[in-house]
Amino acid sequence: MNKDILANIIDNDIKKVDAYNIRENGKSVAWKNNPYINIIPKKDGQGIDVYVKENTLFGIVDIPVIITDSGLKEVVYNDFYIGKNANIIIVSGCGIHNNGKHESIHDGIHRFFLEENSKVKYIEKHYGDGTGKKKFNPITEINMQKGSSMIMETSQIKGVDNTIRITKATLLDDTTLTINEKLLTNSNQSAKTDFEINLDGYNASCHVTSRSVATDNSYQEFKSNIVGNNKSFAHVACDAIIKDKASVKAIPEIYANDIDANLIHEAAIGKIAGAQLIKLMSLGLTSSEAEETIIKGFLK
Amino acid sequence: MLELIDVSLKRDNKEILDKINLKLDEEKFYVITGPNGSGKSSLAKIIMGIEKPTEGKIIFNGIDITDKSITERSKLGISFAFQQPVNFKGLTVYDLLEIAIDKEITKKEACDILSKVGMCALNYIDREVNTTLSGGELKRIEIATVIAKNPKLAIFDEPEAGIDLWSFQNLISVFKQLEKDNKGITLVISHQEKILNIADQIILLENGKIKKIGSKNVMLDIILKKESCCKEVNICE
Repeated sequence: MNKDILANIIDNDIKKVDAYNIRENGKSVAWKNNPYINIIPKKDGQGIDVYVKENTLFGIVDIPVIITDSGLKEVVYNDFYIGKNANIIIVSGCGIHNNGKHESIHDGIHRFFLEENSKVKYIEKHYGDGTGKKKFNPITEINMQKGSSMIMETSQIKGVDNTIRITKATLLDDTTLTINEKLLTNSNQSAKTDFEINLDGYNASCHVTSRSVATDNSYQEFKSNIVGNNKSFAHVACDAIIKDKASVKAIPEIYANDIDANLIHEAAIGKIAGAQLIKLMSLGLTSSEAEETIIKGFLK
Repeated sequence: MLELIDVSLKRDNKEILDKINLKLDEEKFYVITGPNGSGKSSLAKIIMGIEKPTEGKIIFNGIDITDKSITERSKLGISFAFQQPVNFKGLTVYDLLEIAIDKEITKKEACDILSKVGMCALNYIDREVNTTLSGGELKRIEIATVIAKNPKLAIFDEPEAGIDLWSFQNLISVFKQLEKDNKGITLVISHQEKILNIADQIILLENGKIKKIGSKNVMLDIILKKESCCKEVNICE
């Protein structure tokens, strides 16, 4: 197992978590279950089903994916069934090391089924290194039953040539979905994010925060479409720092289909403010240290 | 000691500062005052290196700093509190204090600095320095970043601007304490009588020129008389 890549995508100690499945170069290489969390490989080997029993408290599941074989292209289907009142942290993430001339691609399709009053924190980190091309195209589908809540944190800091991320969610009564996205692109990289969230239930709410930095000749696109079909609340904030010859496009779409739907979309794209640089320089940083500090803080 | 020799600033053919000559000594609290547009903030920015003078020299503790960058001046011990504190998405109060001190600090050390500006520190150190904080809070954090550096020359550009009366009272106590403790030079740009009252020396600036420098008692007399004259006859000169 490539421990260096693993360390870049998983922050915790995988051997100490309640359940895990490590996928390396297209197949499962290590796994662990416990009485409350059951990971079952799909019959075709292209993914896993994760079952979390009702009332499971504070469970942690790691499901990292590592690709070091240049040219490997895979589509992986992972389904998560979270029982009533369960409270669980799922740490996902994919790291590709590609020094070959062939393109490596990982397309992870994750479906979440949250039963009533369950809570999920889902952390997904993308990491890439090496000179060969690397692509990720994650699709996340979230189905939330009454009273459930989910926090989804995604980050992709450099290293990935091309990404199209699609996130779809359907929220029923009294549900809350919080999405925090961190993204940094450089060189000629391209990253597109597309959110489609339906607030179908009474008191459904979602909070989407995207912070991104685009440098060199990279391109980013942020698209969100929030539909309020009931008394609901949504707040989408897309903030991007742009540098060099990079470009960023934000496409906001909010659709209130109920008089009590309260939907807000904020988007701001711009270079680092001169006043921020001057302030940090007045505290003793050089111009480049100030810029680095601002970006690091922004993506923290 | 800070010495300004024939410092001038021209912008769009307009003389913003005209041959300013000034000597400021350690352990003294100076306030620069004067009407709007008299060049006070420009003078402060020139000392910090945010603006470059078109003519003249700036000598700080024997070193010619005229061509030195903001960073170099900061490392020499000059610090600047902005009139409009800057917001940072993602940087916390703790982060800014750590940058100011230039070494890893404990949360307790950060708290001690914030207490100096009258803030209940534990509520603030992990807050982002952004608009969720009030104008008064941002201002006090701005001042804390300057105090944290223990500078040889601390410049405060209109610390009273944009804060409510309650925060202003706190601010006065902060400056009174600063006047007692500070071993370096303190230079405050202000219109406020209560801040003028703390000064050892007051510098009156008008139309980019130093009109008069003197002790607080003499200068307050002149400035306050002038204000009452303006109110009565609606002209200043």
